[in-house]
Amino acid sequence: MSEIATTPSSDVGLRPEVIPLRQIGRLERFLGPENYRIVLGLSKTPASIAGFILILFFVLVAIFAPLIAPPVGNDPYKIPRDGFKAQPQAMGSEWKVRPPPLPFWWKPIMKTDHWVHIFGTAQGQYDVFYGIIWGTRTAFKTGLIVVLATFLIGTVIGSVSAYYGGAVDNIIMRIVDVFLTLPFILAALILAAVITPRFGRSLMPAILALVTFGWMGYARVIRGDILSTKERDYVMAARVIGVKDSRILFRHILPNAIFPTLVLASLAIGDVVLSFAALSFLGIGTDIGYADWGQVLSFARNWIISLDQYWYIVVWPGLTLVLFVMGWNLVGDALRDVLDPRMRGKT
Amino acid sequence: MTTYIIRRLLLVPVLLFGVTVLIFAMLQLLSPVERSALYVRDIPKNEKVLDGIIKKYGLDQPLHVQYWRWLVGTTNQLTGGREGGILFGNFGYSRVGSQPVADLINTRFPNTLDLTLWAVAPVILVGIWLGVQAAVHQNGLIDQAARIFSIVGTSFPTFVFGLLMLLIFYANVQWFPPGRLSEWANAIVTGGEFRTYTNLLTFDALLNGRVDIFWDAFKHMILPILTLSYLSWATFLRVTRSSMLEVLRQDYVTTARAKGLHERDVIFKHARPNAMISVVTLAGFSVVGLLGGVVITETVFDFPGIGKAAAEAAGALDVVTILGFALFNGVILIVANLVVDVIYAFVDPRVRLS
Repeated sequence: MSEIATTPSSDVGLRPEVIPLRQIGRLERFLGPENYRIVLGLSKTPASIAGFILILFFVLVAIFAPLIAPPVGNDPYKIPRDGFKAQPQAMGSEWKVRPPPLPFWWKPIMKTDHWVHIFGTAQGQYDVFYGIIWGTRTAFKTGLIVVLATFLIGTVIGSVSAYYGGAVDNIIMRIVDVFLTLPFILAALILAAVITPRFGRSLMPAILALVTFGWMGYARVIRGDILSTKERDYVMAARVIGVKDSRILFRHILPNAIFPTLVLASLAIGDVVLSFAALSFLGIGTDIGYADWGQVLSFARNWIISLDQYWYIVVWPGLTLVLFVMGWNLVGDALRDVLDPRMRGKT
Repeated sequence: MTTYIIRRLLLVPVLLFGVTVLIFAMLQLLSPVERSALYVRDIPKNEKVLDGIIKKYGLDQPLHVQYWRWLVGTTNQLTGGREGGILFGNFGYSRVGSQPVADLINTRFPNTLDLTLWAVAPVILVGIWLGVQAAVHQNGLIDQAARIFSIVGTSFPTFVFGLLMLLIFYANVQWFPPGRLSEWANAIVTGGEFRTYTNLLTFDALLNGRVDIFWDAFKHMILPILTLSYLSWATFLRVTRSSMLEVLRQDYVTTARAKGLHERDVIFKHARPNAMISVVTLAGFSVVGLLGGVVITETVFDFPGIGKAAAEAAGALDVVTILGFALFNGVILIVANLVVDVIYAFVDPRVRLS
């Protein structure tokens, strides 16, 4: 007990700690200390930097798709075909039937005046390279739409559930349980199949299916964050001066609770694209020949026995899909570390 | 604990009701004509006959009437037999399988169960082993390798992984073929001599004393098992690692070390059992998840289970079949989740003693 009796001043090593005043930047002031820590953590981890680079690469491919692989005809998402033969053509074979216009980078790099099938052709002479390049746009398109929609639905449902609590909360959470009962991909597959006759073969059925069974995760996360935010003093203060429920929820609680969900959602694009590719691999979704990675991969299904010969139908679109998803996962993994409560205050 | 289990049991009817409503709602997205496939084999073209069918089965009635009818069916006035009624296993007639959906499930499900049962052990044991190793050597070489594996693993779509496996082990070296059985084995199994006991092919082969058929059936399942497993390994690794790290940080582990116990005993006798509590739930859920994961895996490997049938039905837009599958799957998963939660209550002393 003697240590307690001694005063700090008499102790040589112990001096009252001096906390250096820290300059608070504009970004930190805007985001708040907690959120700023998340952003800072993400921008410093090597894994997440690698992830960001991968994502950036795909963004560039998507933006410059018309320059990388100039489209033929009115619909750029239709993969141009070199004839109609079933047998796939090897990588590097020349494009014989109505080749598309040469892109600007072709001559200096490829050193020929002819289109060749860089990654070969799939069944039905669809050019794999074109499918991969334009498939990037499809990936971002579906990913962004699904993430935005699931995020909005999940946020609204989760906030209402958390804010009102009690019976409302109980009922909503049981509905969430019901939606989670079926395995995600099976549920999406079923719904997409049911609504395909309504919409025809397009991106729509798969997108709607992924949205319908994709919002529950966000609802749960935002619910948890709101439950803790709603106990704060400023919420009580707002209630005391008689602010309406909806205004308290949307002006006072939500902005302070939404950031983790927002980050989670933005990183879910990889998963969404993966599920979308899985659906179109199973034959749900777009017309045959639409530029979309799962579709290109599904061409390999009829050539399983001779895959040693036609490996490029699997390997190139497969690699593209893996790298795309990995980009998001690398950032997501770093985020998990940053959000881990045990890591608080270590950045 | 009793209250916990009772509350959990009370949730079951709620979930069952919810799932039937969900599937019924999806059914309502179809027109009455399409829905008549629930009751008749061939949807007639003649409009008068069609109207008769719609009237007869009440497909134009209010929703709650239709829902009830869909659940319990009706009694046929002439024969006295029951028509429809999913509660009695009448899921309708499958266009894709050209047999009643219930029969289709009956023939396909044992294959899926066979595959899933064989996948359980590698999924759980290898996943936990990897996680414990990663936690014990935190930030060491194994941990980094495990981390890379888990990121690459979760980024690899099942069907890309499956196709690559086929590319390497079938197209190139012809070790592990897709499908269920080789032709010679199939001839024996479908011939009269082979007796079925469990409907699970590998077990039946052993019970018949045919090791060659067992090996043939198993050889066809190795790649699907691998494909089903690797994704779960990544998840298991992550959960086991973090829960192990948390336990290793606790005081009683330090005490055990301070007593001078061998590090091996500290890890395997003191730390690991407690770290397993959170892994148990995951184990249960991932076994359940295997049943869902079979859709893509079975399609890639042309394995005639319930998942492939579901994918085929979806591709052919055979809605009656696929909704039947959904219902069947939903019920299995609800029961399985219940079992997991109850086991969890027994394993975790914090729940057991409360």
